Amino acid sequence: MATATVTRQPLFSRPRPSHKGAWSWITTVDHKRIGVLYGFTAFGFFLIGGLEALLIRAQLARPNGHILNANQYDQVFTMHGLTMIFLVVMPLSAAFFNYLIPLMIGARDVAFPRLNAFSYWVFLFGGLFLYSSFLLGGAPNGGWFGYAPLSVQKVTGSVPFLHNMDYYAIGLIILGIASTVSAVNLAVTIINMRAPGMSFFRMPVFIWMAFIVQLLLVFALPVVTVALFLLLFDRILGTSFYIASNGGDPVLWQHLFWLFGHPEVYILILPAMGIVSEILPTFSRKPLFGYPVVVLSGIAIGFMGWGVWAHHMFATGLGPVANSAFAVSTMFIAVPTGVKIFNWIATMWGGRLRFDPPLLFSIGFIAMFVIGGLSGVTHSIVPSDYQQTDTYYVVAHFHYVLFGGSIFGLFAGIYYWWPKIFGRILNNRIGKWHFWLMLIGFNVTFGPFHILGLQGMPRRIYTYPANMGWDFWNMVSTIGSFMIAGSVLLFMYNAWHSRKHGEIAGNDPWDARTIEWMTTSPPPEHNFDEIPVVHALDDFWHKKYVEDKSGKLVPVPSGGATEEAEHHPEQHEEAHGGGHGIHLPSPSYMPVLAGLGLPIIGYGLIYGYYICIVGGLILLGGLYGWAFEPGTE
Amino acid sequence: MAQQATAVEVHQTSTGIENTKLAMWVFLGSECLLFGALISVFLLYRNHSLGGARLHDVYDIPFTSVSSFVLLMSSLTMVLALAAIQRGDQHRLRVWLLATALLGMTFISGQVYEFTIFVHKGFTVHSSVAGASFFILTSFHGAHVTVGILMLLSLFGMSTRGMLPQEKATAVEYVGLYWHFVDIVWIVIFTLVYLIPAPK
Repeated sequence: MATATVTRQPLFSRPRPSHKGAWSWITTVDHKRIGVLYGFTAFGFFLIGGLEALLIRAQLARPNGHILNANQYDQVFTMHGLTMIFLVVMPLSAAFFNYLIPLMIGARDVAFPRLNAFSYWVFLFGGLFLYSSFLLGGAPNGGWFGYAPLSVQKVTGSVPFLHNMDYYAIGLIILGIASTVSAVNLAVTIINMRAPGMSFFRMPVFIWMAFIVQLLLVFALPVVTVALFLLLFDRILGTSFYIASNGGDPVLWQHLFWLFGHPEVYILILPAMGIVSEILPTFSRKPLFGYPVVVLSGIAIGFMGWGVWAHHMFATGLGPVANSAFAVSTMFIAVPTGVKIFNWIATMWGGRLRFDPPLLFSIGFIAMFVIGGLSGVTHSIVPSDYQQTDTYYVVAHFHYVLFGGSIFGLFAGIYYWWPKIFGRILNNRIGKWHFWLMLIGFNVTFGPFHILGLQGMPRRIYTYPANMGWDFWNMVSTIGSFMIAGSVLLFMYNAWHSRKHGEIAGNDPWDARTIEWMTTSPPPEHNFDEIPVVHALDDFWHKKYVEDKSGKLVPVPSGGATEEAEHHPEQHEEAHGGGHGIHLPSPSYMPVLAGLGLPIIGYGLIYGYYICIVGGLILLGGLYGWAFEPGTE
Repeated sequence: MAQQATAVEVHQTSTGIENTKLAMWVFLGSECLLFGALISVFLLYRNHSLGGARLHDVYDIPFTSVSSFVLLMSSLTMVLALAAIQRGDQHRLRVWLLATALLGMTFISGQVYEFTIFVHKGFTVHSSVAGASFFILTSFHGAHVTVGILMLLSLFGMSTRGMLPQEKATAVEYVGLYWHFVDIVWIVIFTLVYLIPAPK
């Protein structure tokens, strides 16, 4: 159809498909390459955010530290938080989503390949925009939560902070655009692109969790976008939304921010929960215990996550009724989370466990997340929370759920799917060293925070006097943080080492259960020579094994699975001959061009509105080029 | 944006709904929360006028009713445009697309005029947070209408160059979805912001 309409010489031509060189990566629309780009970019930011963490720990190792001054410390801890949340955990999850969703639901690509590339470039440019602030007068310095009225002020004492929080507001708006676009795309992909036979309740749990995350993103991000616009207008237009002396209300920021911020917590943790739910059955050689319950509890978390935001705000004085209501809802949301924990333990119970790094990291995830979850429940008790607010106890809590939870889960996923993505298995022995060093380093770093917090050490302070009783545990924590850094170096060595020396993976190195392991490692550009027809949950497992009369697993005689597929001749029409004749979308220059417009508009808002016109024209030109460039074929 | 791909996809989606249409619905769902937050901010702040002018001192309900009516009528012409392309009637398609865009522009002109009056009467972005939240809510809506006008004019241009044949009626449908959504948002804004008096 598209060819019939393009009668004249097309205004724009599309780059030729190629697999080599920088341009092939810049113009790619292949979900797998975009996933890899997301992964490497996020890991780069992980290293930067980690260096910032080491700076923080070095500063706090001893009382009266003087490695950083107060101003620098504020920038470093703010950027550490922003980086780890918006530039590491979210995009690293997006890397898994991009790479795996089409493979796990049996699709050739996402619903909108160019939109997918656009999301990546906007994310990258948003991250660079945020970091460019270091060179342009100072990075954001009001904490990742950017509480008003501090975030609105341009001067603290005599120190001018002209643009620091402008970068915060604009940078997060840009990153929000990237995430929203990506979420719409992936939600449509999951709803609409599933292979024949893959009903919703045959989808792997990872896909379910991905789906819930996309919906949370779609509905939570616009709220914080509004909050950020109001902040931006307070700063650049001189309005007073968050300035109490002019009739505004700083608590409004907190409501809008946490109305996004609490769903965001689940946006950060649900992907890891999905990953672990894939790994545990494979490495226990048992199906996931209570699949529907795991899925439904995920959905319950997705809904209930909207009703607990004010537990971040108990100390603002909302009044006893509101505090009690949010205390109860917060205790309630622990229930579906706890259900999942029991399901994972029951999955391992009686299984034939194989303690390779993916399983180790998954168990680490469960253990650390339980600790973080329990300290989270203590926050729901309002009087106790009054004591803990703004202390290191809170810092301990969210590092146990976001590092012990999300990052451990994501590393489990990296070890698990690395062979699928790169064709080689990461070294087991180094992987185990990585795990144990990281687990110990993590607990040595963040365990003491519980004690420090209960002893009253406030968070966000750039230094502390001696004889507060905080010296010992701060030093312990700093030693732990360098252990974590060492474990990350081990991982990087492992990844480098595997390029030449990693064991060749083959299609299915773990004897796994889901259909992405049916195709080659790495998968061909078109993913599957034949789109698989799905007959059951864990379809690939059932293609490999049947139970004999006594309930023991027996491998299906080779070729059995293919014979079964033979009964569905309609699936064979297009794909014979190793994927020749499958039309894949051509690469495009337009996503990166359109994406480039956004940070330029951002700089314009700070340095002069005429620059916005340039950025706007680039964005508009990119979008028009996008709409009118010749179709895929 | 992805019109080229849709015709191929239509038989393949799991739900039978085209990808682009589904994406538009999901996007509009997201937009509901955007306007929901903006409207909430206005409702929270509408009495915070610090003794200055309030919206209810400066507005002109008959004028805004007329411009609201103009925007509502543009939904009708949008439907007629879609009906025209589905029949393959390119001439009527262009007429109704242009009519929709012109009605949208009339609404925007009315908004600019209204803003000017308000500012002259002392109800501005800087006069109070009530003013600021009013202007930000209505300008966000105005920006959405403007984007819609750009898309309508693009469709008009495509049609004149023969790039919008009957098979691509879905492109008009999706722009229509967006346009109707923006209209509905205005109905909500007009009711909540203008018509329902603020409690003292």
